[in-house]
Order: sequence, then structure tokens, then C-alpha cells
Amino acid sequence: MTEAALVDWSRAQFALTACYHWLFVPLTLGLAVIMAVMESVYVARKDEFWKRAAKFWQKIFGINFAVGIATGIILEFEFGTNWSNYSWFVGDIFGAPLAIEGILAFFMEATFVAVMFFGWDKVGRRFHLASTWLTGIGASISALWILVANGWMQHPVGMEFNPDTVRHEMVDFWAVVTNPVAVTKFFHSVLSGWMTGAVFVIGVSCWYLLRKREVRFARASIRVASIVGIVGTLAVMFTGDGSAIHVARYQPMKLAAAEGLEDGGTRAPFSIVPGLEIPGMLSILATHDIDGFVPGINDLLDGYTAPDGTAGLSAEEKKERGDIALQAFRSYRENMETDPDAAAEAKKILEENAEYFGYGYIGDRAELVPPVGMVYWPFRLMVGLGCFLLLLMVVVLWLEYRGRIEKYGWLHWTAIFSIPLVYIAGQCGWIVAEVGRQPWAIQDLLPVSAAVSSLSVGSVITTFCIFVAVFTLFLAIEIRIMLKAIRKGPMADEVQTESGN
Amino acid sequence: MPADSGFVRCLGKIWHLYADGFRDMTWGRPLWGLIILKLVILFAVLRVFFFQPVLAGKTDGEKSDHVGSELIDRAGPATYKE
Repeated sequence: MTEAALVDWSRAQFALTACYHWLFVPLTLGLAVIMAVMESVYVARKDEFWKRAAKFWQKIFGINFAVGIATGIILEFEFGTNWSNYSWFVGDIFGAPLAIEGILAFFMEATFVAVMFFGWDKVGRRFHLASTWLTGIGASISALWILVANGWMQHPVGMEFNPDTVRHEMVDFWAVVTNPVAVTKFFHSVLSGWMTGAVFVIGVSCWYLLRKREVRFARASIRVASIVGIVGTLAVMFTGDGSAIHVARYQPMKLAAAEGLEDGGTRAPFSIVPGLEIPGMLSILATHDIDGFVPGINDLLDGYTAPDGTAGLSAEEKKERGDIALQAFRSYRENMETDPDAAAEAKKILEENAEYFGYGYIGDRAELVPPVGMVYWPFRLMVGLGCFLLLLMVVVLWLEYRGRIEKYGWLHWTAIFSIPLVYIAGQCGWIVAEVGRQPWAIQDLLPVSAAVSSLSVGSVITTFCIFVAVFTLFLAIEIRIMLKAIRKGPMADEVQTESGN
Repeated sequence: MPADSGFVRCLGKIWHLYADGFRDMTWGRPLWGLIILKLVILFAVLRVFFFQPVLAGKTDGEKSDHVGSELIDRAGPATYKE
């Protein structure tokens, strides 16, 4: 059996790296849209003001891009070193999307980022504008392939397990790419990046308003960012609704944990906070039907039969099927070269029970329940902050259109302090998604205890500490460079350009 | 050939875009320094000393055997029932 500390530290290390990576990605995705919209206005109106505005946000984009670039590669290092069983077990399911991401999206970004930064006086206005949009589109495509891989881990489709190679083999690429979990996750994640970019731009612009400088630039930025942010937030809410349906269908334990729902049923209530519930709301969110059945934690552990006759196996039954699958896998591996008939029989049993393969590693059924508090509270924080930020953007946009945005100092401070809040909301989203699916590395097929490599705990702790130090250093450098650029303001580049620098 | 000269001219323009861009960088210079420093830390330190893939150097057959054994060994006692 695997040492618990090894699993915990390996997970902590991966979580740290993923959370750090997600500090940069959403701002890249959001700023890409905002600066592209500004440049579009410049090309349409030929007004140099909009060019300056676009260039300033491109500069901030560049700083974020430079510090964030390659942080995702560390996750791939960890797959090979800390999660080698998992890496081999997923086979080409994971390899194909990541390879496409690396080749297509990376080169697309690298090419058009260069034209965007170096090409202002070298290429035509329209070509430059196309490059700016394609930089953002490239970043989004990059996210698509990563989220296809992640979606497959949440809801594995389009593959078959080959016990000879001990790998999953892709049999339907289209099913993997159009996996409903991946599609919803892609739009939910990318559009949450629009929120991040919008709140960031509004916060920085409000800082200029507080200082009574760059007023025209700040107001124009607020106008563009608010519209992008409101559109993004509404779309995030819509895709969040789709995500709830998928979680209810494919990962019901995650939903039960996120709601702290011990005993389910029809007309299941939605918990706002402990003790405060909206009757029937969870059934509506999870099934789009107030009479829809939502199983609770105990239902999923004990087994249940829904009013429509749908039955859910108990944890013990699933464990039994998992034990049979693993026993057949062992028998197949022992006999595959010496006794073809026994191997064929074992393979047949394995295929019949393959969907419960991972349950063979579960000792106590309590292991099947994710830490409820770590899913319940981040979900509420994410939703609450999302609603607050939507309200903020609506108020800011309304005051800007009324020409009164400069008068409200308290609103400027609120917008500035909302910058960390939008990051907290994004991180909470990932905590709900990833902690909520524990103990699974691949839903129902491979728990983290089987996915982890046999390493010494000490080596994992060492690399964890190195990451904390390196990440903190780079984050501090980024914040410092970014603050310096913001303090200088959008006119700094013009002064430098005019002086021939 | 005109087509060739057009292609060469295009390559020349791409070269100048990058060369002039890097030469005329102002605020981008420290960022490139940062990127290079980060890549050195990632690939020359972390990758070399701390993140060697567990299955590196093995043939596909050996990898299958290794992971197969790991997956069987990690299972609970129920897997060993006859």
C-alpha cells in the first residue's frame, strides 16, 4: 500500500504548481480580449489614443506572459516523476491533446506575440490587429487542449484499456475532444479569464482615477473592461449551470460534497450557508427539474434507487467489482505468455468490470468521500465573489456612462481591492473541481494512491520547498515589474519612443 | 526564380522583424532576462537534478511491466483471492 504522506505531499506539490500556473493564465486570457478590442477601436477610428491604450495593456500582458510562460511545463515534469503510473496508464489520451497544445497553440502564440510586440511599425494596421486577436485565440486554444485532458480525467470517454500495454488507448478522438465535461470546462475556465482581466483592468484604472491622472485612459479602459467582464461573467454563470448538470451526472459524490448533502432525495435543497437553504433549488440546478433526484453522500455510499427506477451501486458493490477487475488484471498479466485460455478468460472478466477498476484500491469506503469542507466553502466563496464582481462591474459601467465614475473614491478602493478577490474566485473554482473529485486521479479508474510514483517522501518535500521559494521569488518579481509599469502609466512608452529610445 | 526571391524576401522580413524587435527592446529586455533565468532553473536545475522521469530509459515493454507490477502491488489483499 502507498504511504499516505507520499500521496499528500505529491498532491500538495501538484496543487501548488497548478495554482501558481493559474495565477497567470486567466489574466493572459482576459487581457488578450481587452487589448484586442481596444486595438480594434484604434483601427476602426484611427485615433492614436486607442493605440496608446492598447499598447499599455499589451505591456502588462507581456509582463504577465513572460513570468507565466513555461510554468505549465513544471506540471508535465511532475507527471513523469511524481505520477509515473498515472502518466503511463492514461496512454495517448493525455499525450495527444498535450502534443497538439505544444505544437499548434505554442507556436501560434509565439509567432503572433512577436508580431504584436515587434510589429507596430513593421506591418500594416490590419495585420497587426489580426496578430493581436490571434495571440488571444492561440492562448485560448492552448487552454482548450489542457482542459480536454483535464475533462477526460473527470469523465473518461473514447478509450479502451489494453492490459498488455497497461495503457488506455484512444478509440474515438472526437469523443475525447467533444467530451461534454471538457467543452463546458473550457468555456467556464476561459470566460472566467475574461472576468479576471476585466476586474484587473478596472482596478488599475480606478487607481489612476484615485490619483487623478490618465483620466481619459482610465475611463476608456473601464468602459471596455466592464463590458468584456459582464459578458464573461454572465457566460461563466451559464456554463457553471451546465457544469452542475455534468457533475450531477458523472461525479455525483463531488456534487454531494460541494453541497454538504448527506442524505439526498427529490426537491433537494441548495445550501447557501449551513442552516440557510433554498428548498428544491439543488434539484433544479442539478437536473433542471424541481422533482429531480439528487443522491447525497450516504445514498452514494449505501446505494440507492431513484424514483424513476435508476439504481446506484453501493460503495461495497463497486469495491467488489473493482476487486474482481484487479484480480482479473493480475491473472491476465500472470498468464498472458504461458496460458492463453486463462488469459482470455481473465481479459473477459476485466472488460466486464473495467469501469470499476479503481475501486479495487479503495480500502475503507470513507476514502470515497472528498473532504467536504474543502469543497463546500470554496464553492460558496467562488459563487459569492462571482456575484459581487458582476455587481461591481455593472455599477462601475453604469457610473461611467453617467459620467460620474470619477466622484466615488470608495468605489475606486473597492475596485482595487477586488483584484485579489477575482484571483481567489478562480482558485476556488479549481479547488472545487480537483479536491471534489478525490480520491480519483482518473474518475473511477485510478485513485491517487495508485497513480503516484514510488518516491521517497523527503524528495517530494524538498521539491515542494524549492517550488515555494522559486514561485514566491518570481511572483514578487512580476508584481514589482508590473507595479512599476502601472506607476509609469500609458504615456511612458510614448515618451520613450519620442526620445528615440 | 521570382517565386524563390519572393520567399527569400519574406524570410528576410521575418528575420528583420525579430532582429529589430529584440535590438530595440526597452522594457522587454529585463523580461527576456527573466524568461531565460526561469528556463535555466527549469531545465538545467529542476529537470536534471529533481525531475527525472521514473520510466525514462525503459523500453515500452519494460514500462508496461513496471506499471503493471505497481498497479497489482498497490491493490488491497482482496486482489489476491484465488
